Amino acid sequence: MLKRIRIILAAIFFIGITLLFADFTGALKAYLGWMAKLQFLPALLAGNIIVVGLLLVLTIFFGRVYCSVICPLGVFQDIFFALGIKAKRNRINPSPAKRVLRYSVLAIFILAIAFGVNSLVALIAPYSAYGRIAEGIVAPAYAGVNNLLAMIAERADSYAFYRTDVWVKGVGTLVVAIVTAVVLALLAWRNGRTWCNTICPVGTILGFFSRFSFFRPVINVSKCVNCTKCAKNCKASCIDFKEHKIDYSRCVACMDCLENCKEGAITYKWVGPKAAPKECNCSAEEKVDQNKRNFMAGAVALAGAVAAESLSSVEAFAQDGAMAAITPKEAPARGARLVPAGSFSVKRFRQHCTGCQLCVSKCPNGVLRPSTDLMTFMQPMMSFEKGYCRPECTNCSDVCPAGAIKPITVEEKSSIKIGTATVVAERCLEATGKDHCGKCSRSCPAGAVSMLHSIPEDQESPKVPVVDAEKCIGCGKCENLCPVNPLSAIYVEGIDVHRVI
Amino acid sequence: MDTKNIDRRSFLRAGAASVAAVTLAGCSTSQEKKEIADFSQEALGEVPTDGMVYRAPESLGGDKVSLLGYGCMRWPWAPDDNGEKKTLDQEEINALVDYAIEHGVNYFDTAPKYLKGLSEEATGIALARHPRESYYLATKLSNYAKDDTLQEGKDMLMRSLKRLQTTYIDYMLCHNIASAASFKKRFIDNGLLEWLMQQREKGVIRHLGFSFHGDQEGWDLLMEYHEKVHWDFVQIQMNYVDWEHPSEEQVIAKNLFNDLAQRNIPVIIMEPLLGGGLSKLPDFLAQKLMERKPSSSIASWAFRFCGSFPQVLTVLSGMTYLDHLQDNLRTYNRFEALSEDEFKLLDEVAKIYSSYPTIPCTNCTYCMPCPYGLDIPGIFAHYNKCVNEGMVVSSKADPEYRKARRAFLVGYDRAVPSVRQANHCITCALCMTKCPQKINIPKRMGEIDAFVEKLKQGLEL
Repeated sequence: MLKRIRIILAAIFFIGITLLFADFTGALKAYLGWMAKLQFLPALLAGNIIVVGLLLVLTIFFGRVYCSVICPLGVFQDIFFALGIKAKRNRINPSPAKRVLRYSVLAIFILAIAFGVNSLVALIAPYSAYGRIAEGIVAPAYAGVNNLLAMIAERADSYAFYRTDVWVKGVGTLVVAIVTAVVLALLAWRNGRTWCNTICPVGTILGFFSRFSFFRPVINVSKCVNCTKCAKNCKASCIDFKEHKIDYSRCVACMDCLENCKEGAITYKWVGPKAAPKECNCSAEEKVDQNKRNFMAGAVALAGAVAAESLSSVEAFAQDGAMAAITPKEAPARGARLVPAGSFSVKRFRQHCTGCQLCVSKCPNGVLRPSTDLMTFMQPMMSFEKGYCRPECTNCSDVCPAGAIKPITVEEKSSIKIGTATVVAERCLEATGKDHCGKCSRSCPAGAVSMLHSIPEDQESPKVPVVDAEKCIGCGKCENLCPVNPLSAIYVEGIDVHRVI
Repeated sequence: MDTKNIDRRSFLRAGAASVAAVTLAGCSTSQEKKEIADFSQEALGEVPTDGMVYRAPESLGGDKVSLLGYGCMRWPWAPDDNGEKKTLDQEEINALVDYAIEHGVNYFDTAPKYLKGLSEEATGIALARHPRESYYLATKLSNYAKDDTLQEGKDMLMRSLKRLQTTYIDYMLCHNIASAASFKKRFIDNGLLEWLMQQREKGVIRHLGFSFHGDQEGWDLLMEYHEKVHWDFVQIQMNYVDWEHPSEEQVIAKNLFNDLAQRNIPVIIMEPLLGGGLSKLPDFLAQKLMERKPSSSIASWAFRFCGSFPQVLTVLSGMTYLDHLQDNLRTYNRFEALSEDEFKLLDEVAKIYSSYPTIPCTNCTYCMPCPYGLDIPGIFAHYNKCVNEGMVVSSKADPEYRKARRAFLVGYDRAVPSVRQANHCITCALCMTKCPQKINIPKRMGEIDAFVEKLKQGLEL
């Protein structure tokens, strides 16, 4: 019964979060966005005390229910574990806790956050790891089916479905997603929650609390016949059947053992706020003192500019003899990273983002894509080859569960400066006298670009676009619409600290 | 503007009249076409083969020209595996030509420029399968030559003869005269017109005329030249909208026509459907016509209008599909001139039509390629489609706003890839020199982009 409830709840969360990532229309974020905001690590980074507190209380009362229900990566592994157990029962060998490894990884994780090695943070963060799988593997399939329906709708003159662009936003991130999915699927198939009880920092933190949980599965020694069924099918390998003990730091409260025990010797019951039982098979040298709750402490700014990735969109355009060929735009080498309005600063963004790709999956303009830079690997960044950051859209700030992009309104967005347009006169049609253009000036929503004579005294001299940096918000419209390809004659440089103008 | 929209919509809602009849006249996909063609066959009976109207003005020395002329600017394409239009569907073209000739059509009008330069060759292949004297061939000296020298003009005619597999052209036109200046530059200063007149004497050209898309000044000059050149015929854009209510960019067709009638010059009509616009009228206008003649297509009214003038030699129609051809053959093989009442009705329709905010683009693609990659005719076609379907609303308060917004935006991305949409126009204005309809394309692009922005941002329209 408890197992069934767990499975139903897990399915709801898993499907909900997957849909949240797959939905490119942005329509579901209003209904499912809370599922992302309930994720532990993003909530911790967002400073969302209510959610963090709630999850800790949940864990103290019921054990690591979070890992079995709310965490999509946990459920992802459970699916493969279930398949594995079906194929071969009694395959698990109970093992001792890998405490050194667990706490070392947690320590490294905290240091990585503190020192801004965010690629490592993003790699290990469980929800983000699943986010990348959903965004990189599930979402394209979802979009593919949608495009098929759109094709049918188009023939039927219906506007129910519209085509969406399926493109590889970051090769590196996609590779990481695929590798993560394969490795975790294999691990889960063979041994269940190996990842969760060795690497996952959230598992380690919640494990620390679940040792004291008020409700927990307990083995009734008088009923136990030492059949070992519970232990040999435990996904956390945490049942010591000889001692009739369960390692509650690793138990994910999946309730499987309750049903596996035909004698009814295991029950999930209230034990109250007792001291944690001694962890079995502990190794004594374990003494890494954690300052677990102080994640945000002492971030050190990394000097030096971050090189932008150069992802060129390799979109093939349907050629028609009567249509001029269009060279696809390429990303310019930007001095500073462009991050969405609501991030406040590049540094703050780097410290909060766990690279889950939820914002990337919600960007309707093809602006956000994961960074390939080593330090910020998989964290999103902006570029304007496919579109620009449109004024009416606040999708990324609406969905970000980690508080890396704080919620902003459309009105606020129009006055938040995230970068400055920069002119490359040698490429400009107008400045070089190739054609009359002034597109950037006409299309600038902030009125920041003027076409001025290159020699003020000479009214015949060619005009060049000049940017008023105090007016420009860095939306990228000028860069995206600039007729010069593949590199635009005007492009946006990021600024380290965003400001309201 | 507001009241008009409301009018149209209330008509839409009330509109119970047969949709089939509307679509009969002209629509977008070939699949649809086939089905409707079969249906019309059943309802309307066989296409007659024996009743074609022929016009034989004395000045043309015995030529008997069918009132329906085949415009070879819109032959069907055979898209390759990638959907790219690189070759024409020759088999289909042959079939269309055969069918047309069988049913009495004997005038074929092409030009070196048509269909990315492929029209003449395809037309030549199809027609070479028929005796040369069984049809009249018209082609043009386009004004889009690589230069304006006499030699280039001569070469162009020689190339046309070769492609059309013939030794003479029945009707030769100076193509698309836009202004006095461009006429002088292309045909007078280099002596090309003089040379063409010599060819007429030699018989390489049987009749010499011009096609006109210009301003009043240009027209006056050409009429002046009649004394010297003696134009055997003139081709003008004429239809019941341009007759008295043309768009602001166009001249009044009635004036041109009367000038020609006065001089006894036979008139060839182009754009009788205004680029197809008069075959797919806004619903409530279409219903006005269907009410009067339920079994006739909307397009047939436009063809009957042109045919009702005795000075008209032939009416050109660029028929891509067999059912276009069949519909027109029904009109001209059992021709009925318009009655006084019907003229009045069309005048009423024209008045309302011209007040519609549709863009008078005929999809001739002369403006293409846009150097910045815009799909100009595609953008206009989408906009016009939305106007005609009532999907261009004028206020957010409109009850249809949400539906119209979605239809416009989703349809826009379907019709035109985002890199070819109106927001990429840099107003270089190169297209403006090429548009025979004199549409201020950059300005229109700006307006459409502004409209799209308002829709996207959800601003008041």
